[in-house]
Amino acid sequence: MPIKVLVAKPGLDGHDRGAKIVARSLRDAGMEVVYTGLHQTPEMIVAAAIQEDVDVIGISILSGAHMTVFPKLMRLLEEGGASDIVVIGGGVVQAADIPKLKAIGVREIFDADATTQDLIDGVERIVREHGRAAARTKLLQANAAP
Amino acid sequence: MNTQVDVAANESLVEAKREWEQLTLLPFAQKRPERREQFRTLGGIALERLYTPADLAEHDYLRDAGFPGQFPYARGPYPTMYRAQPWTMRQIAGFGTAVDTNARFRFLIAQGQTGISTDFDMPTLMGYDSDDERSEGEVGREGVAVDTVDDMLDLYAGIDLEQISVSMTINPTAWILLAMYLVTAEERGFDPAKLAGTIQNDIIKEYISQKEWIFPPRPAMRIVRDTIAYSARSLPRYNPVNVSGYHTREAGSTAIQEVAFTLAAGFAYVEEVLALGIPVDEFAPRLSFFFVSQIDFLEEVAKFRAARRIWARYMHERFGAGKAESMRLRFHCQTAGVSCTAREPLNNIARTAIEALAAVLGGAQSLHTNGYDEALSIPSEAAMKIALRTQQIIAEETGVGNTIDALAGSYAVESLTDEIERGCVAYFQEIEKRGGVVRAIEDNYFQMELADAAFDLHLRKERREREVVGVTKYRDDSQNPHVELHHVDEAASERQLARLAATKARRDPAAVAATLAELVRVAKSDENLMPATIEAVRARVTAGEIVNALRPVFGAYVEKPVF
Repeated sequence: MPIKVLVAKPGLDGHDRGAKIVARSLRDAGMEVVYTGLHQTPEMIVAAAIQEDVDVIGISILSGAHMTVFPKLMRLLEEGGASDIVVIGGGVVQAADIPKLKAIGVREIFDADATTQDLIDGVERIVREHGRAAARTKLLQANAAP
Repeated sequence: MNTQVDVAANESLVEAKREWEQLTLLPFAQKRPERREQFRTLGGIALERLYTPADLAEHDYLRDAGFPGQFPYARGPYPTMYRAQPWTMRQIAGFGTAVDTNARFRFLIAQGQTGISTDFDMPTLMGYDSDDERSEGEVGREGVAVDTVDDMLDLYAGIDLEQISVSMTINPTAWILLAMYLVTAEERGFDPAKLAGTIQNDIIKEYISQKEWIFPPRPAMRIVRDTIAYSARSLPRYNPVNVSGYHTREAGSTAIQEVAFTLAAGFAYVEEVLALGIPVDEFAPRLSFFFVSQIDFLEEVAKFRAARRIWARYMHERFGAGKAESMRLRFHCQTAGVSCTAREPLNNIARTAIEALAAVLGGAQSLHTNGYDEALSIPSEAAMKIALRTQQIIAEETGVGNTIDALAGSYAVESLTDEIERGCVAYFQEIEKRGGVVRAIEDNYFQMELADAAFDLHLRKERREREVVGVTKYRDDSQNPHVELHHVDEAASERQLARLAATKARRDPAAVAATLAELVRVAKSDENLMPATIEAVRARVTAGEIVNALRPVFGAYVEKPVF
């Protein structure tokens, strides 16, 4: 089964060049990609992720509102029983904010210097290590343990 | 050139070039090969090793270049150009509340800036009031917040609106902001006939690239039409639309697409207003344009020259324009935000200077130069001062404006000018075949063309066909100089909410309801929207209230996302 990714653009900002390049790059690498389009609220993104049954949500954000968007998104995923969906991000995110985002469960932030290959490798690695299959395996192992 | 003598001269030139390639170039290049098999411009045009008069064999000076201020305006829209006065130096500003941005305007004017340009925050751009739920976290952040005409009064307080031209970067809500501007001018006692300024108001490129929209394309076109028709009658010095290629190029298009999509939008607006029965020469003189100046110097100079020539030809030949003012393309220019890097930000001063020089050699009427902090935040005062000084150095020290269109006649520049024109004409034919601009938007044609071009450019960068100094090449990881950035004032949002609440408390609710009801009635008819909008704004109706009242009439645009 190919990795399924939701590429999402939260907020009012319309800078979608990066999101579209990411979507196309991941699709060309054999993943199944759904792009939300612009002006999404965190609620809309989480609903789409659950409905589309994706492995990964990729948030593209350039407006500076990442410290409000990501915490809300993570909370909604938790409430929706979908915290096994991996969340990653990219865009303009100040270096100082990256550890704070990782602390609430965002797996990776890709900056403008990341190449297409960095991104593909990163998504594959993160899904292998933290994706739903990995989560289930861990759960099974935990249950099988005496 | 088509006389027999010319043909013979051309043949011998082609022969001589072949000989040079065999005898001189080939043996030399075997020892020292060229860096690349093919060189392409940033916009993807194959660049020849050497251009000669043979490349201009079809070029007819009087037909294709002519004189400045004369058809086809390739050499410039005016006969004196910068020998009379330099371009308008117009640095954009906008953050926080109207009071905050007004202080920046006054600083820039004190530094010698000659025009004003206003950036609004995302809620204002998208038609949400500051107290709307969707505005949370975005009020005053990327531009200034304007909810009512009271904000507009403070925004331009102390500035003589009959003396300085004021540009507003505003699109789906442009007609509301224009109404606020007119009420502001009226309440301060200025004569509308003397107001010089511009609203961007180019809704077509919103669907293509900038992505600020409210209503679907067809009602949105009607709004643009109404502003043009209103201005043609009442605002003789005002530019009601600034047809923009900047955002399309910044979103990854080629130079040819930038010009082609922009001029095609211009033609679409012309057709829309013509359908009202207004003669072309009564409104076309006030149409203005906006292009980027990117880093590929020669391609950019050629692009500006080509844009002027194509516009003149189409306005004359297709739309029967007779007045010079209807045919001569005037444009504002901004250096390329995407060419600026977050690493080693001071390098952006050099990039911006080169881009600004291309704009000037391309004949721009007005120019914004980006701050060195462009890739990091909205500009600081210090960054804007150096950016303005860069323009002043070009104007006062280099002398490039003292002769008109200095690069005309360059074999390379003229060849590129021709090539860009050919590329645009091919696009116009394709758009027509697809049923016109609005239809092509609805079918995602422009959006896919742009996505393809942006992806191609991305791959070229990854292959390192395009290097970025300090990032992909000559990268120095040992240090990254620190620059002071614009400070986001977190309290500005609270101040704006208080301002909005104060205006709402002062106004007459009956006048609000009555003017809104009248606006809805007009929107349902085919009457011009401007007078009713002006009345609503005068009654202190907010931009968000106007948009909310009209959404049920016009509908809401929902994109079909493609990548």
